[in-house]
Amino acid sequence: MSDKGIIGAVAVVGGGIAGVQSSLDLADMGFKVYLIEKGPSIGGIMAQLDKTFPTNDCSMCILSPKLVDASRHPNIEIMSLSEVTGVSGEPGNFKVSVHKKARYVDIEKCTSCGECERVCPIKLPNEFEGGLSMRKAAYKAYPQAIPNAFVIDKEGSPGYKGCINCMACVKACKPGAVNHDQKHEDIELDVGAVILAMGAQPFDPSVKREFGYGRYRNVVTSLEFERILSASGPYQGHIKRPGDGAGPKRIAWVQCVGSRDRTVDHEYCSAMCCMYTAKEAVIAKEHEKTIEPTIFYIDVRSYGKDFDRYIERAKVEHGIRYVRSRISEIDELKENGDLLIRYEDENGDLHEETYDMVVLSIGLCMNEGRTKALRDLGLDVNEYGFALSHQKDPVALVRPGIFMAGSFMEPQAIPEAVMQASAAAASAAALLREARGTLATPRKEYPERDVSTEDPRIGIFVCHCGINIGNQVDVPSVVEYARGLKNVVYADENMYTCSEDTQKKIASVIKENRLNRVIVAACTPRTHEPLFKKSLSEAGLNPHLLEMTNIREHCSWVHSDKGLATDKARDLISMTVAKSRMLESIPVLKVDVTQKALVIGGGAAGMVAALSLSDQGYETLLVEKKDRLGGRLNDLRFTVEGIEPADMLKDLIGRIEMNPNLKVMTGSTLMDLSGYVGNYEATIETPDGPVKEKVGAIIITVGADEHVPTTFGYGSDPRIVTQSRMEEDLSKTPPGGISDGETFVFLQCVESRQEGREYCSRTCCMGALKNAIRIKDINPHAEVYILYRDLMTYGFWERFYKKAREQGVVFLQYVPERMPSVKLGDRILVKVNDPLMGEDIPIQADHLVLSSGMVPDPGNDHLAKMLKVPLNQDGFFLEAHVKLRPVDFSTRGVFLAGSCHLPKFLGEAIYQAQAAAARAATILANSTLEAEPNIAVVDEDLCSGCKTCISLCPYTAIDSVIEVKDGFEVVHARVNEGLCQGCGTCVAACPSGAISQRGFKDDQILAMIKALSTCSPGGGE
Amino acid sequence: MTEDFEPRVVGFLCNWCSYAGADLAGTSRIQYPPNIRVIRVMCSGSVDSMYVNRAILEGADAVLIGGCHLGDCHYLNGNYKARRRMVLLKNILTTLGMEPERIWVRWISASEGQRFADTVKEIVDETKKLGPNPMRARWDV
Ligand code: FES
Repeated sequence: MSDKGIIGAVAVVGGGIAGVQSSLDLADMGFKVYLIEKGPSIGGIMAQLDKTFPTNDCSMCILSPKLVDASRHPNIEIMSLSEVTGVSGEPGNFKVSVHKKARYVDIEKCTSCGECERVCPIKLPNEFEGGLSMRKAAYKAYPQAIPNAFVIDKEGSPGYKGCINCMACVKACKPGAVNHDQKHEDIELDVGAVILAMGAQPFDPSVKREFGYGRYRNVVTSLEFERILSASGPYQGHIKRPGDGAGPKRIAWVQCVGSRDRTVDHEYCSAMCCMYTAKEAVIAKEHEKTIEPTIFYIDVRSYGKDFDRYIERAKVEHGIRYVRSRISEIDELKENGDLLIRYEDENGDLHEETYDMVVLSIGLCMNEGRTKALRDLGLDVNEYGFALSHQKDPVALVRPGIFMAGSFMEPQAIPEAVMQASAAAASAAALLREARGTLATPRKEYPERDVSTEDPRIGIFVCHCGINIGNQVDVPSVVEYARGLKNVVYADENMYTCSEDTQKKIASVIKENRLNRVIVAACTPRTHEPLFKKSLSEAGLNPHLLEMTNIREHCSWVHSDKGLATDKARDLISMTVAKSRMLESIPVLKVDVTQKALVIGGGAAGMVAALSLSDQGYETLLVEKKDRLGGRLNDLRFTVEGIEPADMLKDLIGRIEMNPNLKVMTGSTLMDLSGYVGNYEATIETPDGPVKEKVGAIIITVGADEHVPTTFGYGSDPRIVTQSRMEEDLSKTPPGGISDGETFVFLQCVESRQEGREYCSRTCCMGALKNAIRIKDINPHAEVYILYRDLMTYGFWERFYKKAREQGVVFLQYVPERMPSVKLGDRILVKVNDPLMGEDIPIQADHLVLSSGMVPDPGNDHLAKMLKVPLNQDGFFLEAHVKLRPVDFSTRGVFLAGSCHLPKFLGEAIYQAQAAAARAATILANSTLEAEPNIAVVDEDLCSGCKTCISLCPYTAIDSVIEVKDGFEVVHARVNEGLCQGCGTCVAACPSGAISQRGFKDDQILAMIKALSTCSPGGGE
Repeated sequence: MTEDFEPRVVGFLCNWCSYAGADLAGTSRIQYPPNIRVIRVMCSGSVDSMYVNRAILEGADAVLIGGCHLGDCHYLNGNYKARRRMVLLKNILTTLGMEPERIWVRWISASEGQRFADTVKEIVDETKKLGPNPMRARWDV
């Protein structure tokens, strides 16, 4: 607790991906976190997913390291089977009451051996598997579950009894972990802030009787289908239909089930279903080439980064059939369980088609329990039962000190949830800044075994990665082969090597076999190396005695011939073994951190990021190239969500001016950057000449611009304008300024979502709606047409689509193959092809408004080069991982937010900016940082003092020193360990072979090359 | 040279761009020939000529040095140095009567999974035309 009574702890409620992310960020910043989860394990819905779009990453593979990290973090206490029953007190000092149910298994003692489950006689439907298989009353939700312990279900589920107290598990449990006398507990926690991330409820489609869910066995939900696809799912990844276990050929997906649906009071879009549906269809097809997927849809809302390309690939490369339609009914054919779908297509024609299996793409919703929980906390809910928040600060709730994140806020996909989670962490950290570190526990240091004199004893863990590796590589034979290699004393296979189970196994195998080198043959070291390194440390080995072999990204995923892929996996392992023999321990070096941040770009995102950082107590520098702050906020005239842009801008600037930690430089640009994470030196060109500033972390928020159209007569006629110009004109139009019958045509996707600019700008549909609604507000008798391809009013934006329709705005859909045409005359003649009639509809318009979307800043290229971070093919900044690291770059210490990431709404830019601030704070919170381990070292006896390396080093990390040795003066090079970033350039250039790079020494690389000579050639001879 | 000669390719890929590009080819499931064996290095600038020589001597039929695009090197300019070094090395190989075409230098960014796959395919195709590394022919029986 701080002097002012502020408590340096946070209660995070909900253990899905959002809750886990908030917890990790806060814990890394030095706050104590209670992660409170209602179920027996954390992971949420993401744990149930098979793959994630648009990269088709295996969901569990990317989630599991985060879960393991949370379970290992000394500042995080995971409270499973726990529910919050009340919150009292005030911001900075809350009391949270928690009801913690008995697990009947002692987490500390449970070794997760599964004996209790084996002997348990009680069977219930397995809810993790969507009820497609059964589980025991003694069970663990899934193999990688955290906490990694079994649980005994005494409550049962509807229609099924739970534990009958037969005590068989007590006898079977060797470590004595089962304890049927455990009692429920009521606990009170003292915290300074609360983050609500309880997620949302998958819609139960049985209320939509026409789809037959619950009555017809071959109708499943999309979540159940994820489990069907999963290698660890009920059918081990073989696609079967539940009714008879037959392999389906024709599978239909029905979109918008329980979303955009007035009959169930869900008049919002669930925002992620279009994409996961495409993904499920693609993956199904990858599993079984003979499968013919059909997707029945209303709009394809591919509004995210690389989503449009994904949908294109689904259609073109995978041959997935898209049918724009409304389904009236699904019937089961009694004789074989096939399903008859009746639908109306876009031409209004009725069809009947038969399918082997139907997947309902369900959305998310609140349920009474959640809505009540919100009301109990004194929070208001919106018309859909979700918590009410404001776009100005989307993660803040009306009750101060309580924040929210994830689908609890609004149905959405993973990256948004992760951003909001970090944003909520930043806001909590700002509130509790004085108490930061007061309740933190330092990371445990593990004593390290000295292995320098031991002969290599190598242990190899080969991963199946579900079926990701196992399907393409014969893992058992690879293990067999590895066992035969010199110095290998242990080799075994694992289903998921990244699960916490396996981390424990690795530790015990290291100890039992006195391993002094470890190889994990699994996925790319670029994502999973830190996890396994930690496991080595905990087992008393220097983490750098780990090597990874990438047999997934570089092997099983890219080679379809199982024999050849297996050969290659063997070779890669033999090369890694060769390197591993030569590995050495690397000592940990620490460098100081400049606890100050630089934010580049002073639009809304930049201002919010800078404010968040300075509110958290870090000195921050905000650099804007124009001579005033605000960016596009300056051009924004009005919004539909009730923000007055001018007021908001004034408010932000006011807070910035009052903030003593924040320095603004307008009319300034970043000219040059040197240094590295924790220690950058930025040269900034200001109106008063260049200044140099030292900073520890950098956030890029340079925004994006409206695209200037070149088609449809833009520029030749003042009646043809862009969205932003229309907005400006409308903001000046007084009531009565539009006459009856005055006609406005909005044309969507102009020069977007087509070759050259193959992305959706996400905001233009709403931009058109906003202007259309304003026109109708000014004069209801004006005529407004919106010509669109897919209306991207995802999430709660859907409500404005509804409002516009109610106001009489006419929506006409067109397909890109038949673009509307424009002819200028007295009025503007716009012709749009109507698929219903098959003919052109002429509209005589007075105004034509082009939605041309957003383009990246042309300066991105230069900035990206300076900061050493990548851009995507469209010129937007490319984050480290689209799902789980949406504001990070692979380059440590640099972050991004706002429209330079992809075009987005104000509210989205705001929480992303706060998220970037949170991530930057996880670096700035520490006064030191572990230095780059793979640095160069000079063998002073071999060094001839030629100084070649000195001139080559990009970081001026090498000096020459003169020493007297045996009476002679000798010159040799010396590496400054804090400055060296480990590029290895000097090593390759040294003519005397006197410099080597830790972790990539010459003998290590040469050993790998040598191992090649025994390798099979690519094609196997 | 036999019909079914399958070249053995060694790839030195920098951690930040080319290796990440190869990872992306994986996550995007872009298929390419399995002939390449990748050695991860931190930067293309750390690829010593000796590594390439040794790979050729050990019988590699082709060697790929993959780095970030010029100007994008994570360590400022390691790839410029790599480029200079490889040009020199190619000259030396030519003098020694070896085919410099066996050495490939390519800039592949983290977002170019397709380019990585295409590069491997191109190397394999071209090397097939070239035939096995004469060094290997001498060593193998
Ligand atoms: S890091 Fe890629 S070439 Fe230097």
